Amino acid sequence: MEAYLNLFVKSIFIENMIFAYFLGMCSYLAVSKTVKTAVGLGLAVIFVLAITVPINFLLDTYLLQPGALSWLGTQYADLDLSFLSFIMFIAVIASMVQLVEMVVEKFAPALYGALGIFLPLIAVNCAILGGSLFMQQKDFSGVAESAVYGLGSGIGWLLAILAIAAIREKITYSNVPAPLRGLGITFIITGLMALGFMSFMGIKL
Amino acid sequence: MEANKTTPEKKTSILFVNKEREPLFSKKNRKLLSDPMDDNNPITVQVLGICSALAITVQLKPAVVMSISVMAVMAASNVIISLLRNLIPNRIRIIVQLVVVASMVILVDQILRAYAYDVSKELSIFIGLIITNCIVMGRLEAFALGNGVWKSFLDGIGNAAGYGLILILVAFFRELLGSGKLFGFQVIPDAIYELGYVNNGLMLLSPMALITVGILIWIQRSRNRTLIEKN
Repeated sequence: MEAYLNLFVKSIFIENMIFAYFLGMCSYLAVSKTVKTAVGLGLAVIFVLAITVPINFLLDTYLLQPGALSWLGTQYADLDLSFLSFIMFIAVIASMVQLVEMVVEKFAPALYGALGIFLPLIAVNCAILGGSLFMQQKDFSGVAESAVYGLGSGIGWLLAILAIAAIREKITYSNVPAPLRGLGITFIITGLMALGFMSFMGIKL
Repeated sequence: MEANKTTPEKKTSILFVNKEREPLFSKKNRKLLSDPMDDNNPITVQVLGICSALAITVQLKPAVVMSISVMAVMAASNVIISLLRNLIPNRIRIIVQLVVVASMVILVDQILRAYAYDVSKELSIFIGLIITNCIVMGRLEAFALGNGVWKSFLDGIGNAAGYGLILILVAFFRELLGSGKLFGFQVIPDAIYELGYVNNGLMLLSPMALITVGILIWIQRSRNRTLIEKN
């Protein structure tokens, strides 16, 4: 239990998708103008990450890794399909996103309208594929661990986009130098926030 | 997002069938190559492909390898999607695009592992993340789906070059100021270190990539005032 909790906290704060690895920056910059849409996108990302990481973990363990196919019989034991992992992962992610899109369209049409093009673009949000690729590198011992990791990194992403959206709402009232307005100042603020988040690195879990 | 800034040309020329043949490097085609370098730069203006731009810019070498890989992937997938553009049903186009891009990335990844193993280890998951690099998808959506093969090829090369330009600029400053080296070779002479010069370790930390890009945007927009956002 403690191990899961450690992994959870670690994936939210220490290995934050945005502040430590800059994954999912495109939608992070584009959808962070208001808090409301930012929360909607953040929730969608959590959902997709928490589902796709465990699914991809199962795929990786039972299909793709060297020797993963040994459950089919001994003649398959030395097959190595790991070069297919990119295409497998992205297919799982794209179909999951399609599913989320249909659910959101049905149950929250207002959110669907607000998210617009960015909902289908979750499929190409680097944070989602990044989650699966990091999972592959980390050699988790079981599905539960990968699910906790997926959930944690999703929550970390939501936290980051929520923080920047709140700051950007306030910053409209400040007198920013004209060429820095919009994109430039957002980059610099994110950089400063990332510096702050680096202090979590000292925590040993 | 301003990804749709370059609206597709009114008349799409199908391969080999266009009546009035343009010269290969007509003025319009040259513009496709040069625009993304500055006024329509994918990173600083279109806000595409930032994820990978930031994480791998501590040193010049991975940045250069990454730019070349992105260029190969973009040119190839732009050409393929542009060839298929009349065959792809609109509803499933994202999945088709992803499959095409993913196959190209697998090729690049395998080639890197075969011929440049140490760089490929250094780039780790970021080669895989070219698949979801918004530049590739963004240009496929905004350009290759509505334009001819040669134009899409040029657009791919141009945008990848604009992306590479920013990557290399950021990596140049970070490696020079952070460790006093370029491409791993020391460029700041020992005599200056003896005078008390110290490398700025802050530049090696990842947040400084964001701030460097922010400053590049500042410089670009104060030079070109039309790019300034209202807010």
